[in-house]
Amino acid sequence: MATVTTDPLEELEQSWYEPPGLISWFTTVDHKRIGMKYLVTALAFFVFGGIESLIIRAQLGGPELHLISPEAYNQLFSMHGVTMMFLFAMPVLSGFGNFFVPLMVGTRDMAFPRLNAFGYWVFLAAGIFLYSAFLIGRAPDAGWFGYTPLSDGKFSPGINIDFYALGLIFTAISSTGGAINFIVTILKMRAPGMSINRIPIFVWGELAMSLAIVFALPPLTVACTLLELQRRFGFHFFDSGKGGDPLLWQHLFWIFGHPEVYIIVLPALGVVSAIIPTFVRRRMVGYTWIVVAEMATALIGFGVWTHHMFVTGLPQVALSFVSLVSFMITIPSGVQIFAWVATLIAGRPVLRTPLLFVIGFILVFVLGGLSGVMFAAIPFDAQVHDSYFVVAHFHYVMVGAVIFPLFGALYYWLPKMTGKLMSERWGKASFWTIFVGFNLAFFPMHIAGILGQPRRTYTYQAGLGWTAPNLIETVGSFLLALGILITFVNWVWSLRRGPRAPNDPWGGDTLEWATSSPPPEYNFAAVPTVRSLEPVWDQPELRDGAQPPDQGGRALVGGHLTLSTSMLDGTPRAVIPMPHATAWPLVATAGLLFGFWGVVFGAWLLGGAGALLFAAGMIGWHWPKGETQEG
Amino acid sequence: MTTTAHEMSTIPTVPTGAPGERLPIVASGPDSFGWWGMWGLIATEAMLFGSLLASYFYLRFQTGAGGWPPDGIHKPELVLPLIMSAILWSSSIPVHIADRAIRRGNQGLLRFGLLAGFLLGATFLGMQLLVEYPKSLTEFHPTTNAYGSLFFTITGFHGFHVVVGLLISLWTQMRAWQGAFGEHRHVTVQNFAMYWHFVDVVWVLVLFTVYLSPHF
Repeated sequence: MATVTTDPLEELEQSWYEPPGLISWFTTVDHKRIGMKYLVTALAFFVFGGIESLIIRAQLGGPELHLISPEAYNQLFSMHGVTMMFLFAMPVLSGFGNFFVPLMVGTRDMAFPRLNAFGYWVFLAAGIFLYSAFLIGRAPDAGWFGYTPLSDGKFSPGINIDFYALGLIFTAISSTGGAINFIVTILKMRAPGMSINRIPIFVWGELAMSLAIVFALPPLTVACTLLELQRRFGFHFFDSGKGGDPLLWQHLFWIFGHPEVYIIVLPALGVVSAIIPTFVRRRMVGYTWIVVAEMATALIGFGVWTHHMFVTGLPQVALSFVSLVSFMITIPSGVQIFAWVATLIAGRPVLRTPLLFVIGFILVFVLGGLSGVMFAAIPFDAQVHDSYFVVAHFHYVMVGAVIFPLFGALYYWLPKMTGKLMSERWGKASFWTIFVGFNLAFFPMHIAGILGQPRRTYTYQAGLGWTAPNLIETVGSFLLALGILITFVNWVWSLRRGPRAPNDPWGGDTLEWATSSPPPEYNFAAVPTVRSLEPVWDQPELRDGAQPPDQGGRALVGGHLTLSTSMLDGTPRAVIPMPHATAWPLVATAGLLFGFWGVVFGAWLLGGAGALLFAAGMIGWHWPKGETQEG
Repeated sequence: MTTTAHEMSTIPTVPTGAPGERLPIVASGPDSFGWWGMWGLIATEAMLFGSLLASYFYLRFQTGAGGWPPDGIHKPELVLPLIMSAILWSSSIPVHIADRAIRRGNQGLLRFGLLAGFLLGATFLGMQLLVEYPKSLTEFHPTTNAYGSLFFTITGFHGFHVVVGLLISLWTQMRAWQGAFGEHRHVTVQNFAMYWHFVDVVWVLVLFTVYLSPHF
């Protein structure tokens, strides 16, 4: 073999080189740059969804206001929900997952880098597709769950709902591809020695999320396909006059919709379990219990969909069963909360910004969980169904379990991603503003809901007792927005003025802290061998990112290579060559976007052109290059 | 058997950087990523079919009290669907033979098996589009009622999967004629075979639901 002795680092630099500059952001297959694109794009949609909610809150700030038209109001609350669920909460955690899962499991990329790039582009294109509906004033307007018969062609004749049905199918392509990528990466690419009892909890969270996506999104895709067939071609799935049943939509939607809650929450809970040990300086209490609880949550989440349908007239036996399962699912959540609290008590908490957000999360999540337990009692549910009490509940769960961990994660991980430290003082200011603003915005909704305010109403009359809570909610929501803005400004400030972040600014325990900030293209100079659940704490030789060969480090030079390891115990099995930067996933995505536009406008020529472009993209993507594993 | 021992090559390996360690640079089965990715795809596709078939039974039991199929539509005739099924299921045999053959490096049997599987699959699709559908359409349409919508959506969705399978088969055959596969490098063949068998297995459930279950 070759006798030339080159510097391994230099060789890695060459093999993993991606040209700098603007163009490379369109062709990159580097999981870190794709993760960054996911994060920034999802946060942009978060801002859009946030602006929509602020307009809603302004409209509801006092009785009988008419700031916007009722039609615009319907579009805004529908798109607020769709945006926050599909264009923000799901992809933002894919963003962190993309960046950190390969780092945390000690490998050099995701299993399918081009599929990864494709997933990002499809997510962006689906967002553009959904938002293009606003440009023609026809955004979805039947709520984020688009119940039939309201959403069928008879009662919603405009193309608003066509954007909704097709847009959700579009996002499902992205999420499913991403989920399969995560599963294979986590099962097959872990560093040697990382047996399943040494997988970081955050990675378990991403795995549970991905498994739930693979099994939960298809019912939604089927529901949207059936709806579009009915609207566009006159099929009769939800049409009770022709042998269909509108309730079929609710079943299909919630078989997806309830696991969706855990799809969003599970990786966020993983974030919490990643942050706590670092800032209390001790390992998590009950690692195995937390992991089992996360997996159990993902599983039991499939058995509770009809608790969204307690008032639809289903048989009592079915309701009692679902009520029981709904009480049951609180057990794994409780297990995790006790494990976090026990870790906090047993350790020595250092109250930096990420930990503040985590503690805020625990408080808010427990409150949201408590109102959730109340719903599992069917008589109570019947009383507050479709009232603002429900709005309060799911914002406590979703905002509490996503925004707080997400902002904790931003403060915790952005220094690793950008190489710059953020201001601690402004971080704490942001936390307190968000915490106070959040509770002002959402706690009074409990009261308004019990006082009978229904959700989704355009306005209300004075004298119903709803005026004061609504005004407080509106003030709180603007305060919440201010707190969020502080963090964004802090981020931009850190990029320009922030001090350089060292490899391990917090003293973390997982592998991402064993390499530079930001990490090089190849992540680790040597693929590490792991001997602990907290490798960076227990293996001092890992800290400079280049574990020496006699300690188990594998340089793995000589190409764009990663290791394939066995699923249970992480034994090296094979070397896998990875694909290089390519624009074909982008071409295929552009084809999809034109195709979807063609369908929604009935412009079949455009749709056909899109299909051809998609085919060209797929052929170019798979055209043999003689070296990659995917072709 | 066309393969003899001296034609079998040893698997190519590369050094990993651990002292003295060399690992295979080609992988198939559970050592490759593509194999796991295909299982992921199959899992999510199975849920798609599961949701469609569940919708079929849901609508039947919610609305079919006046008889199923409704509105005086006859129960599906079975001879033609069973002949089509026999053709589709038999296509899995040559595909399986091709998948096994390339693991021994047998290029001829690989190409033959892929081609035979393709022809059988295309025959099934042709019968569905040219014989079965025209026959059913004389009695009901997708827009006649929910039964018609379900019938054509479920069988059409399966037919779409056959089309995708045939396209993947064409691709695999092109690569086979280019000599891209061998006894070590054949994960594409493996993945195609898995997908094809999946499409055939799902047809068991589609056949049962759409054609057989109305008779019970």
